[in-house]
Amino acid sequence: MSDATALTPAIAGRYLESLLAGQPQRAASPLAWLKALRAEAVERVGALRLPTTRDEEWRFTDISLLGKTSFASALSATYLEAADVAPFYIEEATTRLVFVDGIYAPELSSPNAGSGTHSGVVVSNLTSAMAAHAAAIKPHLGRHAPFTNDAFAAQNTAFLHDAAVVIVPRDVSVAAPVHLLFIATQKEVVSTPRCLVLAEAGSAVTVIEDYVVLYQPRWQEEAHFTNAVTEVVLADNAHVTHIRVQREGSKAFHIANCAVSLGRASNYQSVSVALGARLSRYNLNVMHTAEGATCALDGLALISGRQLADTHSCIDHAQPHGTSRQLHKCIVGGSAHAVFNGKVMVREGAQRTDARQSNRNLLLTAKAHIDTKPQLEIFASDVKCTHGATVGQLDSEEVFYLQSRGLTDAAARNLLTYAFGAEIIDRIPIASLKQQLEQTVLEQTASLP
Amino acid sequence: MIYQDSKVLLEVRGLCASVNGVEILKDLDFTVKSGEVHAIMGLNGSGKSTFAKVLAGHPAYEVTSGSVLFEGQNLLALKPEERARAGLFLAFQYPIEVPGVGNGQFLRLTYNTVQKQRGKEELDPLEFDDFVRDKMKLLEMNPDFLDRSVNEGFSGGEKKRNEILQMALLEPRLAILDETDSGLDIDALRVVAHGVNQLTTKDNAMVMVTHYQRLLNYIVPDYVHVMEAGRIIKTGGKALALELETRGYEWVSAEHQAAASVPV
Repeated sequence: MSDATALTPAIAGRYLESLLAGQPQRAASPLAWLKALRAEAVERVGALRLPTTRDEEWRFTDISLLGKTSFASALSATYLEAADVAPFYIEEATTRLVFVDGIYAPELSSPNAGSGTHSGVVVSNLTSAMAAHAAAIKPHLGRHAPFTNDAFAAQNTAFLHDAAVVIVPRDVSVAAPVHLLFIATQKEVVSTPRCLVLAEAGSAVTVIEDYVVLYQPRWQEEAHFTNAVTEVVLADNAHVTHIRVQREGSKAFHIANCAVSLGRASNYQSVSVALGARLSRYNLNVMHTAEGATCALDGLALISGRQLADTHSCIDHAQPHGTSRQLHKCIVGGSAHAVFNGKVMVREGAQRTDARQSNRNLLLTAKAHIDTKPQLEIFASDVKCTHGATVGQLDSEEVFYLQSRGLTDAAARNLLTYAFGAEIIDRIPIASLKQQLEQTVLEQTASLP
Repeated sequence: MIYQDSKVLLEVRGLCASVNGVEILKDLDFTVKSGEVHAIMGLNGSGKSTFAKVLAGHPAYEVTSGSVLFEGQNLLALKPEERARAGLFLAFQYPIEVPGVGNGQFLRLTYNTVQKQRGKEELDPLEFDDFVRDKMKLLEMNPDFLDRSVNEGFSGGEKKRNEILQMALLEPRLAILDETDSGLDIDALRVVAHGVNQLTTKDNAMVMVTHYQRLLNYIVPDYVHVMEAGRIIKTGGKALALELETRGYEWVSAEHQAAASVPV
């Protein structure tokens, strides 16, 4: 980035504040603690600036384009016909929360109130859940995703009026996945989706966090800005499968923070897929807060044209006997740019940690670009840790094999590219979503590079 | 089997080919008629596998001179996929693993691609499933192999069966089996050979590229050719393979050199 185009800190600071200024007036929350949380975040927004490539954590990702575009909160909810939204529904999911441009859409949602139901599972927006579940929510909301030094998390928290809340009581296993659907419909709108997933001891749940667009045709090429924060808390022996799909529009900006807290012997399985957005950044931070927890973080970024997709993950083995597995793949076509920064931290005393990380990248054109930075920091002595990264093109022997079976060179390349991505999609345990994404990947790889 | 007045399928004349500037095939002549089974034998590095790959159109090999006619058309002008669609099939010595692509989907894709090119009917997934399961019985393959990724985690024998399964589906006019016997135990070899024999008709032909005579006990060749230094130096009947097994290759080489040095 040249200095001429760089945002000065002052301008960047004003930019964040200008986003806040666009916030519509809302009824004051009666909850003092939530108000205090927001006030604290507002204060941080005033103090922080937008990061630039001079910041180590943003070295490879130039977001100056974001600062040049102005966004405002949606002033009114867009009314969507159920029929328009239905194609995004996931048939296996029996509960669903839909947010349109960041605003909860009860007419499109199928919540579960908790108290009236047999199992006590809560799938609800925050404002509805607060009255009955404030005691469960308060210790966690805003407590796992730090915003003191993160401008985007601070901005999201400053806007925190509503959220998607999932609470699974002790020893309850939710059979059907929970679908959290975020739909962007308006140009130049900033939305700040917020999710809180609380899996109490011994419980199990699958959550799909899904970002889609339903633009009016004439806005197809316009930008919106999604700034999401998700907190996932697993108590002892809890099991959470977290599927995240980012399929925003080709001009969109998507920045997201996800903080996961792992209790004793808990198990967190994550598959995140980034297909859309002009510029996307996903920060996934997983903290082993107690012994014997397991996590698997799998990711796929499939991008082309001038897209940029950045994944920053951090697995913090703060306690012994933890296991982590990570496979992150990028398929980069056109003059797109993928970034992977995968940190695995094994702290002093986190003995018997077993951590394996792999990052595999496929570059489809000479102009496609990848920056990969696996980081292993080990401060314990008795651990098993491996990591590796590969960057390559398609194997010519594989292409020839498929050609010798009658496929054209282009068809063979598409199939191999698809297969490279399908390995991650295959790990999604929801048949209809898997099929849908496989179809998307098939179509996208057919049109690459 | 040798049939009277059968059609010439493949006619190779004076073929020279190189890889990375090193000449591997040197003035190779070779003719196959429909109905025939040929075996090409020879030591490692004699050019057998290169010949198989050149016929299939492997991009790493450059044909520097000579001609190859396949059913009368210039094979060398065709892309690898056009050769496959025209009825040429290569069973790979080392079949490639394609993780992420279901074997069943892959088989249907290749089958339908080739059917379409030949102006024949494509099959939907259900029709194809019946069709392919029938063919799998021929090779004593478990239908579970349809649900796995192409060749991924298959044993050596399973990969070779999967190659012959593809051959059964694509119904080539000329099949080249490159070291299909390598890595097979005797039971697997018998099954694979049985499958190949079932697929042999008077309208197609097989060329087996092999190091050992063992396979030829099960798939009996009409002609056995010995390759050395990029050309065929001796051709005989099935007895030649047995002779090679007991006597080795040196005597053929010596005989060839002696014949070449006889003053004209």
